[in-house]
Order: sequence, then structure tokens, then C-alpha cells
Amino acid sequence: MNARRTRKRLLGAVAVVMVAGLVSTGCGSRVGASGPGSSSGRSCVDTSGNSVKIGFLNSLSGTMAISEKTVHDSLLLAADQINSSGGVLGKQLQIISEDGASEPTTFAEKAGKLISSDCVAAVFGGWTSASRKAMLPVFEGANSLLFYPVQYEGLEASPNIFYTGATTNQQIVPALDYLKQKGVKSLFLVGSDYVFPRTANKEIKAYANANGIEIKGEEYAPLGYTDFSTIVNKVKAAGAGAVFNTLNGDSNVAFFKEYRNAGLSPATMPVVSVSIAEEEIGGIGLDNVVGQLTAWNYYQTIDSPRNAAFVQAFKTKYGQNRVTSDPMEAAYTSLFLWKEMVGKAKSFKADDIRKAADGVSYDAPEGKVTVNGENHHIAKTALIGKVGPDGLIHAEWSSGAPIQPDPFLKTYGWAKGLTG
Amino acid sequence: MQALYSQLVAGISLGSILLLAALGLALTFGQMGVINMAHGEFIMAGSYTAFVTQRVIADAGISLLLAIPLGFLVGGLMGVLLEATLIRRMYHRPLDTLLVTWGVSLILQQAARDIFGAPNVDVRAPSWLSGSVNIGITQVPAARLFILMLAAAAVAGLSLVLKATPLGRRIRGVVQNRDLAETVGISTRSTDRLTFFIGSGLAGIAGVALTLLGSTGPTLGTSYIVDAFLVVVVGGIGQIKGSVIAAFGLGLLQATFEYSTTASIAKVMVFVVIVVFLQIRPQGIFSVRTRSLA
Repeated sequence: MNARRTRKRLLGAVAVVMVAGLVSTGCGSRVGASGPGSSSGRSCVDTSGNSVKIGFLNSLSGTMAISEKTVHDSLLLAADQINSSGGVLGKQLQIISEDGASEPTTFAEKAGKLISSDCVAAVFGGWTSASRKAMLPVFEGANSLLFYPVQYEGLEASPNIFYTGATTNQQIVPALDYLKQKGVKSLFLVGSDYVFPRTANKEIKAYANANGIEIKGEEYAPLGYTDFSTIVNKVKAAGAGAVFNTLNGDSNVAFFKEYRNAGLSPATMPVVSVSIAEEEIGGIGLDNVVGQLTAWNYYQTIDSPRNAAFVQAFKTKYGQNRVTSDPMEAAYTSLFLWKEMVGKAKSFKADDIRKAADGVSYDAPEGKVTVNGENHHIAKTALIGKVGPDGLIHAEWSSGAPIQPDPFLKTYGWAKGLTG
Repeated sequence: MQALYSQLVAGISLGSILLLAALGLALTFGQMGVINMAHGEFIMAGSYTAFVTQRVIADAGISLLLAIPLGFLVGGLMGVLLEATLIRRMYHRPLDTLLVTWGVSLILQQAARDIFGAPNVDVRAPSWLSGSVNIGITQVPAARLFILMLAAAAVAGLSLVLKATPLGRRIRGVVQNRDLAETVGISTRSTDRLTFFIGSGLAGIAGVALTLLGSTGPTLGTSYIVDAFLVVVVGGIGQIKGSVIAAFGLGLLQATFEYSTTASIAKVMVFVVIVVFLQIRPQGIFSVRTRSLA
């Protein structure tokens, strides 16, 4: 009995020491990376040889791995293609991959490691807004560059981040324009309970208010929530013209299964989703989402030689049953945009790249994209798509031309007061 | 009135899902006292069993019915393997068991990701389970009705085994007084292993049923494991009927709170109710009175 008690106490002590060790190393790496001493002049990027290191930072484990693994795949494809066509400024890319493990603090820690111990020239990755917000101070402190490939809630423009996914005025606002054009008079908002859906819905409500659209209800489910019977009951009872869905991750599956079981259909009440891409349709079950709407800037079905080449290359590398999606395309494009920026600046230094960034364009699978040097976002074409019986998404409506990025919605009168 | 009925149905349905997820845990945690964090991954294994079965047998109806016993077998065998290799060495060391099984749970999640791929997979529901059934003035999704019946069958089956079979008598004997049971010649080792097989097998059945409602992915189990533990703790350690009452009680509470507030607030309110309840009755709804000294 006594022996066991001592052992238990020992175990407790060991645990405390381990936790303390973890905490202190966590802080250490972050302080080192964001300390005042680490300015651009002290950059340890080595460009003397015939190769240059870059970092890929995606969640390869944990709850976000389902999405981020695909982004990692398409980044590797882009690196392969760049290397086989002569590299960047004549240097081959050497990839260092790190696992963000779906934890914002891990993202910050690994970003610090990539910058200060691997000395990479730039980092590509991140998915959730929480992971981006955690990495932001690391990149700003070390004056390094992050390329972030996912649509997000806007209201941000760091000099050390290039945002190659859509901001709100390139995805959510066009989706609302489309619904208004279709004569939708009322909306029901369903979202996951975290920063992106809450910010997006604030913007949607401001838009609705200015455009005479009634908001019939607004419901949030905790991330990973799986029982949607009550929320679907509320949606059904409210009888809105359409549902605007900002749910993220697995919750979508439960939501759409429940929606269909309750007898609701795209014909009577369409659902517009901003987080469901080609990759997710298989997991939700095609029967449950066929005919529903999505808002993105890229679909696998885009009919252009450039996209056909991208899809073909991806399937050849990873298998014929794989699909390509918007975040994957944005990640692929981000690596080529960085290559163009480096080529224009003739330098791997963050300051030089920043100066050269404005107006750099690339003929991406989604069409021509151009970097805005002021807010570091890129001009993209918005596409509203419908899930087809083939499991792919087909564009129903297009904004026609690339939309200039406006992360703070400054050019929209109804958005006054949102951005503070 | 319509809303009241549909919320009542939602609550009962949620209760049956909680019950199915918690029933196996009521046996392994409730009766044996093993905190098995990998229980959720046995649920996940059941879901993937349903997926694989459907890949082999295309007919959604037959594959679902076949997946139920197969899920039980897969979950059960994984449970026995875990019991025989790790948990066996850690009875009476709850903290170590918790950490070790949590590690096993992470390994199993990553294994599922490596075997089946990171994206979720889809298990098609048979045509007779999509759509709704009219009961009185309200509609009940057929899949939820099926889960309710499956949960009822699982409870009935488990009670029957515990009450009326020699194995059930041995299990109850070991739970009530392990030392005395051993003295009268019951092999506690093999009883423990069989109990663990049944408990984990029930998790496998829960996994098969859950494919009708939500996503089938590597993290499926993690979304149910906390709720399952809550059901067992509120219901009272060592009692199946306690878990039944707790599951339906919590399901109805969640549905009621969620209708009048939001999903997040409802979860918080349910937790508050549980905390207050456990202050008043720390032993849960029912508790076993035993003369054992442990």
C-alpha cells in the first residue's frame, strides 16, 4: 500500500516536470522567433548553394488532417513541377514538412522552428483562422513570409502573410448577390460556433439589412457537433427562402443527413455552403447534398486547358479517384505566385519580395490571379456552383471578371461599422 | 404543440443514441471500473466495419443488418486485445489506465487515417431508412426510429445476459465482490475478458448505427466519448437501468434547452445540471450496495 502511494506521488511529480518542460520550451521557441533581435538583416536563409529550403506547415494529424492533408499533397505537386522545370532563380526547392497537428499553438511553435532553425525562405500552409492568428506574430517578429491558402473571414492584412484564398468580398458577398438575384427574400443562418461563422454572419446580416432580405433565424452548433435534429426542426419551422451554411468539418455530414431525413430539399429550401468542396462531398454522401449550392473560386469542372493540365497532373501523382478543390488549388497557386515574386525581386528576402509583390500575376487553374501589393490578397473570380449527380460541383454563376480583394469591406456602404 | 412533439421526439432520439454509445461503457467502466478512453475508437471501428461491409455487399439494407453482428465482433475483439495486452496489467491503477488507453485511442485514430484515408467516408443508408415515418401528428426520421429500436434491443439483450445466464451471474458476482468470487472458484480473469468483449462489442454496434446519422471518420469516437462517460457517471456506477434513465434524461434536457436557447448554451446548461445533480447525489441515480472492502 505504502509503496503504491509513493509510486503514485512520483508519477505525479514526473508529470508536473514534463508539463513544465513542455511549457518552457514552447515559450522559448516563440520568444526566440519573435524577439526584437530577429530582424530581416539577421535572416539565416541560405541561398549560396544550388538549392533553397521552403517549409510546408499543414495538419497531418488531428481533426483538421482530413482537409489539410489534401493541401499538403497539392503543395508537393507544385514543388515537383517547379523543380522539374528548373527551380526558382535556378535553385531547386528543398521541402521541409512539419505537422501542425490541428493545434494553433503547435502551428506557432513549428513556424518558429521552420524559420529560425531550418532557415526556410518562406512557409506555405495553415487552415483554420485560429492557426493563422497564432502564426501571425511569429512571422511578423521574424520578418518571414507565410502563404495562407484558405478562404477566411477577412478583416486582416499582415505585411508578412499572403492570402491566396478568398476574402469575404470574393466569396460570401457574391453568394448573397446571387441569392438576391434569384429572388430569395429570407435567409436562415446555420454555422459552427467560432470566429469565422460568427464574423461572416455579422457581415451577412449587414448585407441583408441593406438589401431588404429578412433573417429568419441564426443558429450555431459547437465544432464537431453531431445532433442536428433540433436545429433542423427550427429551420423547417422558420420556412426561409434559403439556408446560408457556415458549418465547418464533420458537422456538415450530420446536418445534411438530418436535413434530407426531415424532408427538406434543394428545390424547396436550397442550402448555400462556403466550406464544402469536392473533397467533402464523398464523406457527406452524394445523395444528401446533390443539388445544393456552394460558393468558391475554383471547381474541378472548370473548363480550361490550364485546369485540365492541373487535374491531370494531380490524378497522375495521387490516383484517379482523387479530386481537386478550391483550397488545394489556392495552395498550388501560392507556390507559383511566390516563384513569380522571387523571380521579379531577384531575391529570396522577405523585404524584396514584398516590394515586388504588387501586380505579380499567374495563370492559375482557376483563371488569371493578380496579387494586390497593398493588402497582400489576390484578385479572384467568384463562382457559385451546384453539386451535380456526378459528385463534382458545376459553376452555375460567375462574377465574370476577377474581383479586387477588399478584406475590410471598405468599398461597401452597408459594411460601415463592421470593421470598426 | 407541433414543436413540443417534434422536440420530444428529438430528445428521445438523442437519448437512444447516447444510450447506445454509453451501454458498453456502463459495463466496462461501470461494472469493472476501467476508464477506457479508447472506447470511442471501438465505436469508430464499428462505423468502419459498416463501411467495409457495404464495400463488399453493395445492397445497403443487407449490409447494414450484417454489419451489426460484424461490428459487435470487431469491437469486441479489439476490446479483448486491449484488455489482454495492456489493461490486464493495470487494474486498480485508474490514472495509468486513463493515460494508456488515451494513447491507444490516438494510435487507433491515426491508424484509421492511414488505412481508410483522412477524408470521411460515406455509408449509404438503405432506402427503407431514408425519409420519415408519421407517428401521431409529428414525423420521425426512419433512421432515428431504427436506432431507438436497436438501443432497446441492446438493453434487453444485455439485461437478459446479466440476469439469466451463468456468464451474467459470474459477471455480477465479480463486480459485487471480486475476492469472494475468486474464493468460490470463479475465474475472474476470464470473466473480466468476457465482460470487456461484450462492452467493447456494444461500442461496435453503436458505431454501425451512428453511420446513419453522422460522419464516418477517424475522429468519430471522440465526439461521443465524453457524453458516454457522463451518462454512466450520472446513471450510477454498476447499474444498467441507471444508464438508461440518465441517457434519456440528458437527451430530453439537451433537446429542451436547445430549442429555447442555442446548441452551445444548451450544452453548458446540461453540464450545469449534471454538476448540481452530482453535488446532491455523487453516487449517481442508482448505486450498488456491496459488502466488499475495496
